[in-house]
Amino acid sequence: MTIRVVHYINQFFGQKGGEEAANLPIELADGPVGPGAALQAALTGKAEIVKTIICGDSYFNENEGLACMGIREILQDIKPDLIIAGPAFNAGRYGMACGKVGEVAHGLGIPVISGMYNENPGYELYRNFSYIVETTNSAAGMRQAIPAMAKLVTAWIEKEGKLGTPAEEGYMPRGLRVNFFAEERGAKRAVNMLIAKLEGTPFQTEYEMPVFDRVAPQPAILDLSTATIALVTSGGVVPKCNPNRIESSSASKYGEYSIGGLECLCEATHETAHGGYDPVACNKDPNRVLPVDVLRDLEREGRIGKLHDKFYTTVGNGTSVANSKAFGAEIAMHLKNAGVSAAILTST
Amino acid sequence: MPVVHIATVVPISLTVGANRIVPAVAIPHPLGNPKMDPAEEKALRRSLVEKALTALTTEIEDQTVF
Repeated sequence: MTIRVVHYINQFFGQKGGEEAANLPIELADGPVGPGAALQAALTGKAEIVKTIICGDSYFNENEGLACMGIREILQDIKPDLIIAGPAFNAGRYGMACGKVGEVAHGLGIPVISGMYNENPGYELYRNFSYIVETTNSAAGMRQAIPAMAKLVTAWIEKEGKLGTPAEEGYMPRGLRVNFFAEERGAKRAVNMLIAKLEGTPFQTEYEMPVFDRVAPQPAILDLSTATIALVTSGGVVPKCNPNRIESSSASKYGEYSIGGLECLCEATHETAHGGYDPVACNKDPNRVLPVDVLRDLEREGRIGKLHDKFYTTVGNGTSVANSKAFGAEIAMHLKNAGVSAAILTST
Repeated sequence: MPVVHIATVVPISLTVGANRIVPAVAIPHPLGNPKMDPAEEKALRRSLVEKALTALTTEIEDQTVF
């Protein structure tokens, strides 16, 4: 028995044209088109691509609601067993469209298998909805992508939709936790892992930590007496009453505030917006988190050239790595543009 | 542009990738201690900031806790 598959591709792979055809609305073709031919060949006897949906990348992304409605209607009409989308490699709009098709299909209870480069935003945003095989970043990797996707489709058919883990089946993690009964209890698994770690033998973590990037250490300041030093904090120090309403946890923003002419921070002018530590000590004397008083002394004594007249602040309480990274990049740019020589970052 | 991270939980600072690290006093008051008298406390704060300035003027190859 062969399963019925609908294939989603963009205008380029649908042989409608390049960027000039990116505004093409949804078209439905019979059978496989473009990369669908190689997929069909790899799946002979197991699956049949009955229809191919072709849509321009710009059209899809600029008319998302309309495009999704069109896709939903087509899928409800054809009722395929499975959808294959892409591969989209590192094409952002194409990846977003494939991801969105995955979300629409998920809503209809139809599984989707796709292929993307791991940095494609379509993977990041829609990975919960599809099984996405990792591809290279350009269509030059088509010859590897097609067999990898066909292999996953085959496994999906043979296992009647009950695919194993990403590592077993060769798709990228979907960011989903799946309950299962382990043979050994947690304490025993943890001790086994610890022993393996101590012995230097391989082990598989059950809870992946986020990956933090690394930055090369920057050159040291040569002469402090001419340097402008800036203060930055994740301790949530803000002017009294938190004028920009920086959230007490999971901050979505940072603040830039003037300390021009201020000798120190005090209870009357500043406080902390941070909701993750006891604020009493900081509210009583905010220099305990942002040491403006000491830096003014050092400035007066000529130990440093200047204290930068603005400070940057956010709340580092449950704030996502992605937000923190974006804040950091923007703050660094502000400091650089202002000619700051070095920064002191304080954390609570 | 070098950055020095003054933080109490040094393992977190190391994990997130800070390169110049100065260990601080306590989570709610990294640069102070409410139990001290004000002059003593400010001296403590100054010593930490001076250590941070030393970190900023020191060439490093890798993550360094000062």
